[in-house]
Amino acid sequence: MQTHAKKLLVIITEAALEKNLIRDARQFGAHGYTIGEVRGGGERGEREASWEADRSIEMKIVCDAAVAQALAQHVLSSYAANYQVAMFTADVGVFRAEKF
Amino acid sequence: MIIDAVVLFFVLGVVARLAKSDLRLPEPLYETLSIYLLLAIGLKGGVELARQPVAGVLPSAVAAVALGAAIPLALYPVLRRIGKFPVADSASIAAHYGSVSVVTFAVATSLLLQAGIASEPHMPLLVALMEAPGIVVGIVLARALARTEGDRPPLRWGPLAHEVFLGKSVVLLLGGLAIGALAGAQAMAPIEPVFFGLFKGVLALFLLEMGLVAGGRLADLRRAGAFLVAFGVAAPLVLGFVGALVGHLLGLSLGGTTLLATLAASSSYIAAPTAMRVAVPEANPALSIGVVLGVTFPFNITLGIPLYLHYARWIGS
Repeated sequence: MQTHAKKLLVIITEAALEKNLIRDARQFGAHGYTIGEVRGGGERGEREASWEADRSIEMKIVCDAAVAQALAQHVLSSYAANYQVAMFTADVGVFRAEKF
Repeated sequence: MIIDAVVLFFVLGVVARLAKSDLRLPEPLYETLSIYLLLAIGLKGGVELARQPVAGVLPSAVAAVALGAAIPLALYPVLRRIGKFPVADSASIAAHYGSVSVVTFAVATSLLLQAGIASEPHMPLLVALMEAPGIVVGIVLARALARTEGDRPPLRWGPLAHEVFLGKSVVLLLGGLAIGALAGAQAMAPIEPVFFGLFKGVLALFLLEMGLVAGGRLADLRRAGAFLVAFGVAAPLVLGFVGALVGHLLGLSLGGTTLLATLAASSSYIAAPTAMRVAVPEANPALSIGVVLGVTFPFNITLGIPLYLHYARWIGS
């Protein structure tokens, strides 16, 4: 089956940003997203999701390379200074190009 | 001094955490327990309200809102000038103290119950009312006094107000009050065993989890420094006294005065951190959460609440 090249953008950050990120993703042209709750640690300490203010999310967006680029740029400039943000992209293949 | 068994569960949590035990309550259980506690507190207040419609709730309600709003204004200069914290951190920490901790309130009601001291049925309403004002004042302080105002996007007050005024604690407390008041004691009887009979056991479990969380915050305090630790004890001592004084002036009973003192002395670790994180992102959450959960919450539920009962007795006599 034929696949079409897209970008997977993964943003791991504080749960407080969830609503903002969903709004941003839509605004920058992403067609959809998936969010899961995660735990982890980084240079600013551990986040164990043990209560409200300690929750972290992982947001996955499959989209065009240009959308991923613009959204990632926006996330870095708007949130990275004050929030814990880990972000990366990967090349993926999708079966229905129009969906993403 | 009266020792409440639930407090010992908190101590167990702290000890387990410090001993690096693998004890961990699943997150959905934490969430369930907190929803239960908020609903149960609301329902109990509602049933009592239905039983004896209280005249004069309005003065208490206005005073509670004013108290919640005044606390950050009073604490901000202390944190900024004496503590030498940046504007954002001073405002954020002050906002946490302006808001309230429902669990601290629950521990206080449990202690009063054990001591056989009655309180006004509308006290849970005051908890719901006192959650937001301090947070709003804290955000306004941070925004108005920050020098870097020009280079950041304007605050979206709409979504923020939605979060603060319709957060889960406000919805569950007010919802519980409404259900309890509308249904009345008789209609509530079938669900009473769950919401009233199990309350203390659930509170104990919740405090075990809170102990684990608070124990994990102690490391933040080393970075925060001695001033903040002292502040975490001094602030509730003074605010509790102010709360007791206001309760006395309002003509509240001994129990009601103790609860208002507890509310004034308590600091939020659910609503405030979430709201401040969004509205004042440059404030360091490790500082505010460290002092609130690492110092003030443990202080209040162990030594503070019995002391606020003494305050209330002393002022009333």
